[in-house]
Amino acid sequence: MIPKNIIPANKRELKNYIGIGTTIKNTLTLTHRALLKMIHNPEVFFDMTLMPITFTLLFAFIFGGAISGNITNYLPTLIPGVLIMTFVTSCGSAGAQVREDADKGIMNRFKSMPIARIAPLASILIADFVKYAVAGIIVFVIGFLLGYQPDAGIIAVGVTILFLMFITWCLSWVFAWVGMIVKSASTVTSVSTMMMMPLSFLSNALVPVETMPWWLQWFVNINPLSHVITAIRLMLTNGTVGLDFLVSLGCCFLILIIFIPLTLHAYKKK
Amino acid sequence: MNKEENSKENESLAIEAHGMVKKFGNYMAVNGVDLKVPVGSIYGLVGPNGAGKTTIINMLATLTQANDGTIKIFNYDVKKENNIVRQLIGLTGQFASIDENLSAIENLMIFGKLHGLSGGEAKKRAYELLEEFNLTEHKKKSVEKFSGGMRRRLDLAVSLISEPPLIFLDEPTTGLDPRTRAQLWKTIRKLVEKGSTILLTTQYLDEADQLADRIMLIDHGQVVIDGTPDQLKDSIGAESLQFTVRNIEKVNEAMKIVEKILGVEVQQVEDSNVTAPMTQIDKLVDILNELNKANIHLSDVHIQKPTLDDVFMTLTAESIKNVPGEK
Repeated sequence: MIPKNIIPANKRELKNYIGIGTTIKNTLTLTHRALLKMIHNPEVFFDMTLMPITFTLLFAFIFGGAISGNITNYLPTLIPGVLIMTFVTSCGSAGAQVREDADKGIMNRFKSMPIARIAPLASILIADFVKYAVAGIIVFVIGFLLGYQPDAGIIAVGVTILFLMFITWCLSWVFAWVGMIVKSASTVTSVSTMMMMPLSFLSNALVPVETMPWWLQWFVNINPLSHVITAIRLMLTNGTVGLDFLVSLGCCFLILIIFIPLTLHAYKKK
Repeated sequence: MNKEENSKENESLAIEAHGMVKKFGNYMAVNGVDLKVPVGSIYGLVGPNGAGKTTIINMLATLTQANDGTIKIFNYDVKKENNIVRQLIGLTGQFASIDENLSAIENLMIFGKLHGLSGGEAKKRAYELLEEFNLTEHKKKSVEKFSGGMRRRLDLAVSLISEPPLIFLDEPTTGLDPRTRAQLWKTIRKLVEKGSTILLTTQYLDEADQLADRIMLIDHGQVVIDGTPDQLKDSIGAESLQFTVRNIEKVNEAMKIVEKILGVEVQQVEDSNVTAPMTQIDKLVDILNELNKANIHLSDVHIQKPTLDDVFMTLTAESIKNVPGEK
């Protein structure tokens, strides 16, 4: 039973704006929602777990001997490569999720409620940080099991994971925007795979660039992902922040400046 | 004096809309609809699929902006004061607007927190609503595993978290079994007793007849007629003659005979079912005689008090006839 009577409209305290406090509170509540959804659907972690495990094992045992003489020597090259491949393949999932929500009746309910417009979108992008962290940890654990020990130590590992989480988060805005303009959620995933797969293979992720023909070398060197990989290799071996690290961060801010407004615009129109 | 009366009228209106227009490209989904819903009433929007019912709700509930017209909810403008309006409404959409992957209690608590309740308050409110809607024993079940009726109940429960004074129900009982439908009707009536105002859309005229204080029939985005259920029924005459022709090939002939005697438009409802408004019951004898003479046999004949279905059939048929270029 609802014991009390409903308060009439003219006896309520109402305000026609949403403050920053409410915006943060709404976003956190909806982040909680997105995390609960992940817990109820653990399959979302499967591709993020299985891919790094299979890639690391496959490449280590197939290419390790050929490229670096043995597996252990290949790991410092391979692990950053697998890291980036794992992260970039997951950057489309937030976009797909945003789109899925937008197509469901639940988005209408959000729109009819006195909550911050951006909260449903922002919360999904924030909740995906958990996925990225899980992916990062898994790659390092499997590397460690194969005998990989980064020279720069555990702090460098932490910095690397945070750095990649930030980069992936920035990239996920691109696909959040894609999610707003394509026809369905599954298109987002295929667009992100089609874009990110070639980019991650046509880079210095798995093999030394010198072995490639000149025209491929040219592409690999301008591929932003190569810079990210070089940056984390340097971080993991020397523990230092190089030029590539800064260039990567710069690119990320550029992506944010372009795609956050684009996404928000498309999102509000929907 | 006049002004005072005017403001008094405004205060007692939950919805006041003038000349609502919504276009999708060249298509006029809603074309100049006026709507006045007094506080504490149940208002039924009735019309066939694609009539513009959901579009009207979407405009009233701040989901889409009208291309033209003014809309006020409790005297607040939906364009300028949309966040205030959102604090006063609850919306249960045509498609379940709850999270499939979450459990019932998680859904209720998340929406409670979004409405500004603290964790403890949200929990308390969630349990109250689960109890109210007979969902307590399913509180931990994922909504995916819910039946259609349970989903609707949870959906409505979520709309009631903020105890809104105005509730929009878009086809709340479509696809529900009769028992669940009756339960929902009871809940809706109870909400009104507590001081809520309800605007519901439905394809079922008998639902509007049962629940609504006032009904608006819409078709092609325009108002066909509005009024109380009784006014609507009176508008098409007191009674109607309904009969079924045994030989389907003779339906047209039968219709012509009845038309000639009653001097009114006769409608073919299904293959061999015919209905006609009838004001003078004693003409039934003439009709039966004439049909007999023409060797047309009936398998069923009766006089029926009008239902809202008749109103709808009659009036939408007229509006189709009146569309220019169509015959």
